[in-house]
Amino acid sequence: MADYNTMELMVTCAARELIDGSSVGVGTGAPCAAAMLAQKTHAPNLMIVFEAGGVAPLLPEMPISVGDSRTYFRGIMATSMSEIMDTCCRGMIDYTFLGGAQIDMYGNLNSTQLGPDHSHPKVRFPGSGGANDFASFCWRMMVITPQDSRRFTEKCDFITTPGWLEGGDSRAKLGLPKGCGPYRIITNMAVMDFEEESKRMRIISINPGYSVKDVQDNCGFELLKAKKIIETVHPKEEELRVLREEVDPSRIVIGR
Amino acid sequence: MTMEILKQGIGTLFGDPDPDHAREFFRKKSRKMESKLMSVKDAVEKFIHDGDYFASGGFGANRISVAVLHEMLRQGRKNMGLAGHTMTHDFQILAAGKVFNKLDASYVVGLEARGLSPNARKYLESGEVDVTEWSNYALAVRFKAAAMGVSFLPFRGSMGTDTFKYGGGKTITCPFTGKTYMAVPALYPDVAAIHVHESDIFGNCRIKGISVADIDLARAAKRLIITTEKIVSSDKIRSAPALTAIPYYLVDAVCEVPFGSYPGNMAYEYFSDEEHLQEWLRVEKDPEEFKRFLDKNIYNCKSHIDYINLNGGMEKMLTLRKKEILFHHKERTGGGDI
Repeated sequence: MADYNTMELMVTCAARELIDGSSVGVGTGAPCAAAMLAQKTHAPNLMIVFEAGGVAPLLPEMPISVGDSRTYFRGIMATSMSEIMDTCCRGMIDYTFLGGAQIDMYGNLNSTQLGPDHSHPKVRFPGSGGANDFASFCWRMMVITPQDSRRFTEKCDFITTPGWLEGGDSRAKLGLPKGCGPYRIITNMAVMDFEEESKRMRIISINPGYSVKDVQDNCGFELLKAKKIIETVHPKEEELRVLREEVDPSRIVIGR
Repeated sequence: MTMEILKQGIGTLFGDPDPDHAREFFRKKSRKMESKLMSVKDAVEKFIHDGDYFASGGFGANRISVAVLHEMLRQGRKNMGLAGHTMTHDFQILAAGKVFNKLDASYVVGLEARGLSPNARKYLESGEVDVTEWSNYALAVRFKAAAMGVSFLPFRGSMGTDTFKYGGGKTITCPFTGKTYMAVPALYPDVAAIHVHESDIFGNCRIKGISVADIDLARAAKRLIITTEKIVSSDKIRSAPALTAIPYYLVDAVCEVPFGSYPGNMAYEYFSDEEHLQEWLRVEKDPEEFKRFLDKNIYNCKSHIDYINLNGGMEKMLTLRKKEILFHHKERTGGGDI
């Protein structure tokens, strides 16, 4: 068995979800590492887009901004944010990875503020950026995040970015495109999906060294459990080599 | 018949989306092809006023008009409205001068992977700023509506979230399909500043790399200040007109500012100065130190050249240039099969 840290495991899990020949909208950090790893292993034809306008770059290294010149290095097009988001809204971007300070059982995300008063936030965060747009339009939204009960909360102080909103079919009823929404939540302890009817978060796989109880103890709401919960598959030697040597040699993400 | 409004955000709507009011303004805007060359100081004095609604081009710390932003602080602009369409280092600068107190926020306060600005955060947490929430695309579509000369566009995101609730959009029903959309109002900024790679003296501009929202922003803004890495001849512009991103009739001022996006990135020219951006984040933690830092780097500088000279001068610029350009060179020649 290969020796690896939890970030390496999360990035590998995320990368494996990306099918060759599909498209993904990413930001900086772990999502970008996952997309690069996928591109350099099983999904060489993965099309990566960045919200600021970069299309299908052959990423040589991790960008520091989703608009820096790395994000369209040897790309097929350097365009506008509208063009990228129009493409998402038309239904041509399959995946996106997002994050936030809080996430609830329907995968709604908060990256705007802590505290109940919008005019006097206790803590102010950046806000939506392109997150709300990616989550509104990309077919499958995924989150890579540490598992703790403050982050996995019963109710977000502010819903910046739509998950399955109030569950069931509320998302489409409120006007968002049909058939897209949160797909996988990847943490240091487990991988979750969303139950088909209720759209509530559900454990489908447990990372080595953790139990279902550990995951539930570090979650502020009740998680559903899949009928058959498997153990998360270890990263392969080759995945770890590519991740360490080609994707993130400066250990910007995997050194965290 | 009026369209039925299903739901609406409670955020303040800054500015006037009325396209006829905008047309009256644009009717009087000069179409004369004349030199608009001037200093950044003059451009800010002439075209950016207290209380105006301002938008910054580029993407946070990429292709931003740093010289104009610093000059706005030096001239003490206040009570402005601001379009926070991915603003990072540009937002950090304007927050340092408390230049604005009305904000359309889609991405503010943060510097992406670099971290959050302690001072900008404190300013928004103080309650001194009236904040209306949007997503990046929503703000881009608002510029697009203004560029089209209409008062709103249908938009398919945000619905059901607090970003909608604390925003300024309204949901409506499509008269053709019955689908629900968020109507987003046109945003015509009073003034915008965009940094470009090349412009002639009239303001015909070329941008290399991503355009972000600047094609629409340039058309939506009532007044437009261009800072450019370099002035090029009009013959060059006319030799390849398909490369023109911004035509002269949108432009009010052209200022030549080499390394004008420093400490941000300028595609194909120079990479961002990550050490200096980290220094900004570090000194912001101590208000006294931050004040000294701002005095040194902004208030006591006469121009962008002073600022650059204080931070490594031409030697530093060449290092950042190498970082951007040698990188492309190495990648092109090092792979063998490329």
